[in-house]
Amino acid sequence: MIRIISILTGLFFTAALLWSLTLDTIQLSKDGLPHTVEKAYVNHHLKDLKLKSDGIFGKFDKAQLKRGFEVYQGVCASCHSMGQVSYRSLAALGYSETEVKAIAAKATVSAKDPLTGEIKDRPGQPSDKFPKVIYAGVGNPPDLSLITKARHGGAAYVYSLLTGYEAQQPAALLKEFPDAKTGENMHYNPYFANLNIAMAPPLASDDLVTYTDGTKATKDQMAQDVAAFLVWTAEPELEQRHQTGLWWVLFMLFATVLGYMSYRNIWAEKKGH
Amino acid sequence: MSFPWSKQYTPSHPVMTWLDEKLPLPRLVYNAVGGGYEVPRNLNYFWNFGFLAGFCLVIQIVTGVILAMHYGGDTSVAFNSTEHIMRDVNWGWMLRYGHANGAAAFFAVIYLHIFRGFYYGSYKAPREMIWLLGVVIFLLMMATAFMGYVLPWGQMSYWAAQVITGLFSSIPLVGDPLREWLLGGFAPGNATLNRFFSLHFLLPFVILGVVILHIWSLHIPGSSNPTGVEVKSESDTVPFHPYYTAKDGWTVGLFMVIYSLFVFYMPNALGHPDNYIPANPMQTPAHIVPEWYFWPFYAILRSFTQNFLIFDAKLLGVLAMFAAILVWFFLPWLDKSPVRSATYRPLYRKFFWLLVVDVLILGYLGKAPAEQPYVLISQLATMYYFLHFLVIVPIVSSIERPDPLPFSITESVLGSDGAAKLTTTKS
Ligand code: HEC
Ligand code: HEM
Repeated sequence: MIRIISILTGLFFTAALLWSLTLDTIQLSKDGLPHTVEKAYVNHHLKDLKLKSDGIFGKFDKAQLKRGFEVYQGVCASCHSMGQVSYRSLAALGYSETEVKAIAAKATVSAKDPLTGEIKDRPGQPSDKFPKVIYAGVGNPPDLSLITKARHGGAAYVYSLLTGYEAQQPAALLKEFPDAKTGENMHYNPYFANLNIAMAPPLASDDLVTYTDGTKATKDQMAQDVAAFLVWTAEPELEQRHQTGLWWVLFMLFATVLGYMSYRNIWAEKKGH
Repeated sequence: MSFPWSKQYTPSHPVMTWLDEKLPLPRLVYNAVGGGYEVPRNLNYFWNFGFLAGFCLVIQIVTGVILAMHYGGDTSVAFNSTEHIMRDVNWGWMLRYGHANGAAAFFAVIYLHIFRGFYYGSYKAPREMIWLLGVVIFLLMMATAFMGYVLPWGQMSYWAAQVITGLFSSIPLVGDPLREWLLGGFAPGNATLNRFFSLHFLLPFVILGVVILHIWSLHIPGSSNPTGVEVKSESDTVPFHPYYTAKDGWTVGLFMVIYSLFVFYMPNALGHPDNYIPANPMQTPAHIVPEWYFWPFYAILRSFTQNFLIFDAKLLGVLAMFAAILVWFFLPWLDKSPVRSATYRPLYRKFFWLLVVDVLILGYLGKAPAEQPYVLISQLATMYYFLHFLVIVPIVSSIERPDPLPFSITESVLGSDGAAKLTTTKS
């Protein structure tokens, strides 16, 4: 009985699927395989970006992170927030306590006055997080704290996006997908998910910042540095994670080998083969 | 199982004698996982995954309870409290990555555990109850993992809650009120997050309870084994301790190495980047995809694209998705073959491997976008999935001619069995 019911149920699902399959195949023969502008023209081959933080032994390059922070402060911060990062954590980039205080003090933070309880503007303190940036232009700049974890490709994506703007859309693209034409106040960037991004090329010329360590601020240099910096804002624990992991995995390997040896020992006379 | 030759617990210290009289807990442990529990000597490594699953459950409970101390189950703070755990709580990143990758490891282990059952016919009499309880555990795990995934309140969290609860609205008449009742509103919101947090905290302990029943019912017939031949004599078994404590022990180490490589070196490899974007009800992600361990079921759900007879396409998808797991409940009665192990079932063995391939294909398709040609392939793969359990298994089990079985476990290990000679000379 149960097997008859089961076979009938199986045949029911099969019939329903065959029905879907048939109608879908007819539809497919009319429409052909989907051909979207994203599939045909978005560039998923990101530019190569090598960072010192890559790999099992990877550590942050503090000098680079500092430069990246200077780019963020000097360029990106006018539009993008970085709300998960606190000023005090900048110490990890090698800033001294007084430097951190000075950086924080330049920001205006609205916070509760501990005496009166009213919300008031005051200069930032090291314990504050980076305040929210109010942006009035076209589009919606995302908070950058987690951006390298929030996009496929991470830092390489950010780097490719920043350096990947193109002035002209390919003629073939416009012919095939006239709707994909870059609109007013939009910018063509083949790395962006739908090709046209609201962000104007932020690193359009050299020397937008003056690096305190004297490095020449080319477009490419700034893009790499800010990408490296955004890895740190997303994964400040990276160094500790890599180092702890190394000892932990080695210890586990050692314990596993010991465990395996005692297993062999215990079973030695039992196996019989 | 307790065989006539199973060792008895003898307290070795007056304190233990005293305790054994009042509360025979050491005796219980001794009989469950100690020298008093006799186990077939020929288990292969596929029998290690149950122990590993228990280990995963412990990892999830320990990391989860500590995470809950720092997490805030309110839509206005959930995302930021997760980041607070990652940045400000000591070792918080390790707890969270450990918990998220722990869930993935748990499912990987459980899938191997389940497919071990398919291959070796572990669900057959007298072990049906163990299998049924296992399917209950799996359903509970799916619910737990789904609700856990919603907690960080990222984009995928929110949209997963939206899509999965939306499935209920396909049920005729009661669908929409049911969905609103589940969500506590018209869309995922604070009420949803709160109840998911509460249930996500509760369910692992329910799972723990069902796991105890699972093991209890296992200890009545005892473990099956790769030959599927029942234990006949003392030479067929070894005591759990030290033999299987040592074997399970070292594979826990191996598991930890692989799991730790994920936690420390590729903690986000299995996750979706969109979940690092705070939930935004106004913006639908380009592709809504569940975690990898739900992909096969997601493919089944999406393969029903057309209304059929009186049935709405979406409803069919939902029915099929649940049926894909519910059929496992009936497996002990659908597979009539008296032979357990696929080693001796040449025909069933072929179909088993086809099922493995089919599920892998479904997994790939569950990740792919819902467009052609993926939809067509998933329709075929879903069809095969149901045909396997509902048609092929019942038919194969009645027409198949199994290969000869070994006389006993001992014979299969040693090539000969003294007890076997005894029976043949006697008869
Ligand atoms: C003039 C304002 C402005 C400046 C300056 C700016 N951005 Fe943007 N950015 C935007 C806007 C607007 C968007 C949203 C684009 C969209 O969604 O179309 C954006 C988006 C982004 C994105 C996300 C792209 C995606 O995949 O969604 C990244 C990454 C980014 N910006 C990085 C930067 C970096 C790094 C800098 C500094 C070097 C920077 N931006 C400077 C306005 C700005
Ligand atoms: C069967 C066991 C469990 C499974 C499969 C499971 C699964 C998950 C998953 C998939 C997530 C989302 C991952 C992420 O954080 O991105 C999660 C988060 C979470 N889990 Fe669990 N979990 C289990 C047990 C527990 C237990 C026992 C508790 C506490 C009692 C718990 C507490 C939490 C908390 C607080 C979060 C959110 C924290 C955060 O996102 O960082 N979990 N769980």
